[in-house]
Amino acid sequence: MKTLTTLLAGAALAAGLVLPAAAQDDPLKVGFVYVGPVGDGGWTYEHNQGRLAVEAHFSDTVETVYQESVPEGADAERVLTQMALSGADLIFTTSFGYMDPTINVAQRFPDVKFEHATGYKTADNVATYSARFYEGRTVQGHIAGKMTESNIIGYIGSYPIPEVIRGINAAFIAARKANPDVEFRVVWANTWFDPAKEADAATALIEQGADVILQHTDSTAPLAAAEKAGGVIGFGQASDMAEYKPSPRVSSIIDNWSPYYIDRVQAVMDGTWESHQVWQGIREGMVQIGEITDAVPEDVANEARALMDAIASGDYHPFTGPINRQDGSVWLAEGETADDGTLLGMDFYVEGLTGTIPN
Amino acid sequence: MAGISIDLLLASLMVAATPILFAALGEMIVEKSGVLNLGVEGMMIVGAICGFATAVETGSPTLGFVGAALGGAGLSLVFAFLTQGLLSNQVATGLALTLFGLGFSALIGQGYVGIKPPATPSLDLGSLSDLPFVGRVLFSHDPLVYLGLAMTAAIWAFLRFTRAGLILRAVGESHDAAHALGYKVVRIRTAAILFGGAMAGVGGAYLSLVRVPQWTEGMTAGAGWIALALVVFGAWRPGRVALGAYLFGGITVLQLNLQAAGVAVPVALLSISPYLVTILVLVVMSSDRRRVAMNAPASLGRVFHAAA
Repeated sequence: MKTLTTLLAGAALAAGLVLPAAAQDDPLKVGFVYVGPVGDGGWTYEHNQGRLAVEAHFSDTVETVYQESVPEGADAERVLTQMALSGADLIFTTSFGYMDPTINVAQRFPDVKFEHATGYKTADNVATYSARFYEGRTVQGHIAGKMTESNIIGYIGSYPIPEVIRGINAAFIAARKANPDVEFRVVWANTWFDPAKEADAATALIEQGADVILQHTDSTAPLAAAEKAGGVIGFGQASDMAEYKPSPRVSSIIDNWSPYYIDRVQAVMDGTWESHQVWQGIREGMVQIGEITDAVPEDVANEARALMDAIASGDYHPFTGPINRQDGSVWLAEGETADDGTLLGMDFYVEGLTGTIPN
Repeated sequence: MAGISIDLLLASLMVAATPILFAALGEMIVEKSGVLNLGVEGMMIVGAICGFATAVETGSPTLGFVGAALGGAGLSLVFAFLTQGLLSNQVATGLALTLFGLGFSALIGQGYVGIKPPATPSLDLGSLSDLPFVGRVLFSHDPLVYLGLAMTAAIWAFLRFTRAGLILRAVGESHDAAHALGYKVVRIRTAAILFGGAMAGVGGAYLSLVRVPQWTEGMTAGAGWIALALVVFGAWRPGRVALGAYLFGGITVLQLNLQAAGVAVPVALLSISPYLVTILVLVVMSSDRRRVAMNAPASLGRVFHAAA
């Protein structure tokens, strides 16, 4: 029966329909729009885990619908409109590129609540939420800096948006602190999800001597490429990617959306939902660091855990001065920490990174 | 070009080109028979998971590729039944096939996430592989890379020199005339569709077994559509289709390698350049009416009904 349901679900999704996951008298209808397939093993997978947690938590009082692999741009607007018209009360749009579509559709449906992940535009019925992934990147960067033997770390970027640039900077600062000789090579894949291209990018970096690969794309393909090459380590991105333990995946950043999703659905039910901008990190549990495997020496693992605790407690901010911009101009003075505004709009590399950010 | 080794680059170019080369060659045969199957993406992804599952279960990559061919052909049989048997619209059926293939592969693939497939060994070419430069570029690949090139030559010879190839082209140019001559149009087209499905399946499996290598939902990520464009880009000629596949694979890999080597390249421009080139070729081609008429099969996409 389960197979049949999945089959029907697959068929209905394939036909481009929005599928009601449960039917009830008048349940709250919550929609999710995904940029990749729910089985990407990374970003979208974790958002879908959040959706499943909402279903499990509220059971019959909530009905969820989702649509996967929705391109960013005009298509997203069409999908959102369709979802709103089909009676969704709350819609989570889970990729940066859905920002303007979300705002546009929200204007036309003032009674529908929207939650946009990783964006910066809000409205009366549009809230934004994001995680301080850069905190995780700092921990990753430390491990990467300690582990690399070639002193070359490869980084697969998706799109040159503040979110991704912030991750590169955070990882680089931590890696340089751990190992002053470290160099970063950044490749922009110009996609969130394309396993073949992600694997090609990882291979190109490995050929350039990188023995640590960090990724900001959604699939596990870079880890597969690292495993194929041998002697290269990487990290789970957005999800634990535990299949690649203990190596090449030596640790991971896990996005834990479930508590936030449950919280916001509850708020709509209670009538207390309000627009806001939240940005939660390791402390709140929205960013989790996955198990550091035995492939990492014990002392490095302990340092990484200490770093994690310091960030969680607020003792350490990943962007603490002195930090210069790439051009050498001063960004943060000694002891100064970055404010959220600058971080949210970050469009520059810090000093020491090579290459330019594409427009 | 600081720090880029040309031999490694060319070698990875060949790997990047192989999946779309297989799928495009298959689709070319289908279109040569007068059928437009837009389901390449769906057949590729079904081939990717069928090949992956077979390779994992049997431990043999070779059987995996056979399984992929069967899987792709199996899905194309649905298309053949609908378009040739029930005379459905080819465009709509092809699109539906893609959507179905994506969903269906996700379903079969549930148990295969995170599994490592058996490695596809490189062909042992002895001392040839040890040659400097040429050895790395040309003689140290897996058999599928060579099979792709061999298929290009074989298909070219088939269409140009064999009677069967002539009949296939006749069916694609004018199914009524071919029918009047006593050729079984539906049967020939079904065979072409099955061949196209098998080729797309092998192309898909190359992604999941060699290039990535793993199974991820939706992992073809549009490769099938590129294969479709390549057929037009190559003007229904195997050599040009292969050239297009290598060009496309080349630009993708080249820009990634340039970036990795720290060369400042306009990323967005390079990413879209294969598409731009395709559009350009289409514009140039269609600017010359006679050339278009000469290359595209005249019955392409038209429904054939024997009684008509």
